[in-house]
Amino acid sequence: MTIAQETAVTAIQPATRRRNRLNAGEGRTAFFFLLPSLIGVVLFLVVPIIASVVLSFTNWKLLGTPQFVGFANYVRLFTADPQFWPVLRNTLFFTAEYLVLNLIISLGLAVWISSLKVGQKWFRVIFFLPTFTPGIAVAIVWMLIFAPDGFFDFIMAALSIHVPSVLTDQTLAMQAVVVVSLWAGVGYNTVLFNAALDMVPANYLEAARIDGATAWERFWKIRLPLISPTLFFGTVMTAITSLQVFDQIYVMTRGGPGNATATLGYAIYQKGFQNFQMGYASAIAWVMFALIMALTALQFWLQRKWVHYDN
Amino acid sequence: MTTRAKSRAGSMALDILSHGALALVALLFLFPFFWMVSNAVRSNAEVLAIPVRILPNVFEWHNFAAAWTQLPFGRFFVNSLIVSVSVTAITVVVSCLSGYAFARLKFPGRDALLMAYLATLMVPGIMLIIPLFLIVNNLGMVNTFQGVILPVAFGTFGSFLMRQFFLSIPNELEEAARIDGASRLRILVSIIVPLSMPAIGLLSLFSFIGQWNNFLWPLIVMTGADNATLPVGLTLFQTQQGTAWNYIMAGATLSMLPGIILAIALQKLIYNSIALNAGMGGR
Repeated sequence: MTIAQETAVTAIQPATRRRNRLNAGEGRTAFFFLLPSLIGVVLFLVVPIIASVVLSFTNWKLLGTPQFVGFANYVRLFTADPQFWPVLRNTLFFTAEYLVLNLIISLGLAVWISSLKVGQKWFRVIFFLPTFTPGIAVAIVWMLIFAPDGFFDFIMAALSIHVPSVLTDQTLAMQAVVVVSLWAGVGYNTVLFNAALDMVPANYLEAARIDGATAWERFWKIRLPLISPTLFFGTVMTAITSLQVFDQIYVMTRGGPGNATATLGYAIYQKGFQNFQMGYASAIAWVMFALIMALTALQFWLQRKWVHYDN
Repeated sequence: MTTRAKSRAGSMALDILSHGALALVALLFLFPFFWMVSNAVRSNAEVLAIPVRILPNVFEWHNFAAAWTQLPFGRFFVNSLIVSVSVTAITVVVSCLSGYAFARLKFPGRDALLMAYLATLMVPGIMLIIPLFLIVNNLGMVNTFQGVILPVAFGTFGSFLMRQFFLSIPNELEEAARIDGASRLRILVSIIVPLSMPAIGLLSLFSFIGQWNNFLWPLIVMTGADNATLPVGLTLFQTQQGTAWNYIMAGATLSMLPGIILAIALQKLIYNSIALNAGMGGR
């Protein structure tokens, strides 16, 4: 808030001072400075957004002329497509499990790292590493780990635990996707939360310690409320990305077995670029957008109950 | 020993235990990296051996050279480099220009346009792949580099990031140059940009890594195997019978190297940028 105000002030002062000798040249300069960006944004962002809406009301199949079909795609999605409800359920299931586990693990690691006296930055780097590597490469490595008679089966056998082949099992396949996503994604939130914990003023904690608060109380009553805005930010961003999950599923399961791991992201790809049902796939994309907006709105509504802003 | 010394010794033991336990967790966390390299340097027969071997009996370091030339991961590596560097270069130039206009120039509708730019950040990328593909198709750019590069090079985040940074540069620095009659473009290039290297570095880093790791968009546009980027190339040999797992693991290692090197070399920059996000959560 203060930064925004400061910058607003610095921006306004010189502007008012030279308003009188402001010439039309400045507007023209601004136009040319903005032109490359505007062309790109219009062509590759605005037009696609509009086209996506229009497409979702057509039956375009890449070849041939598209026909306007009204809400037929959406009606088909919700009433006739036997795959849609499982896909929606898979997406929500993945998002819920991944989101909760990601937050617990990353917050746990962040607190653990911040309690250390040496090596904080090295632990941060280690857990962050997968974040900077291609998700596809990560998924292929884990696919080898989960392959039949691969490393995972080897460990399970050594522990005398009998498990079916993970990637071809109806319930375990999704768990494998969650594990891989966690490995790849937990690092960003770990660093984010760790940075927030570092910003908690030491004198707050010191004062609480002198007043006799235990470490447990200091965490729940001081550190957690103070970093709750950051936790909220991490939760919203993680939810948005996890609703779009695609790479891991494309590599490891292709939505299978059956459609046990087919998510909305995978369905858009499959309908659009394997069945070439561009109109239908666009309708799925808008369902995804609605879901993202709804979940984000829900979180903004819920934040009043748990996010603490100091002002 | 006094009780105070005793409790200090106790807390030191606890400290060591805590460091050691997290080090163990970190080691386990690193296992997939180890498994990747360990399988990259063995024969395919050893990859598939039952029971699994943690380390290969025979180390075949030449697998990296073979994967680079035969599959050809070298080609994919160069393709990825072309795409990532081009997108980054365009993004930086376009963002500096538009960011400067938003930060320093007065024009009608500026604030509304900035809000519109911010609003586009909420549109998830995967939603737009279908219309974007149709546009690229209509422009005749399927299976070309410009087809992969251009649609992802004009993100609005860069404009916003550069605007925020430019606003933090004191206006007086360019006033003198303006009085001397320097053009806005000249001021941007010779005064503002040199002062903005931290922000430009950050934008370049995240733009480069984002494209280097991008999969779905090049998968759709690059229909020919010769033009595949590394992530797409990695999946090309996946479904065939008799998958050359060792070469694929070598390719995966190659694809991870730039990100790992950048994450370690630029850890301070990355931490500071994420800390900025953490600090913006309401404070």
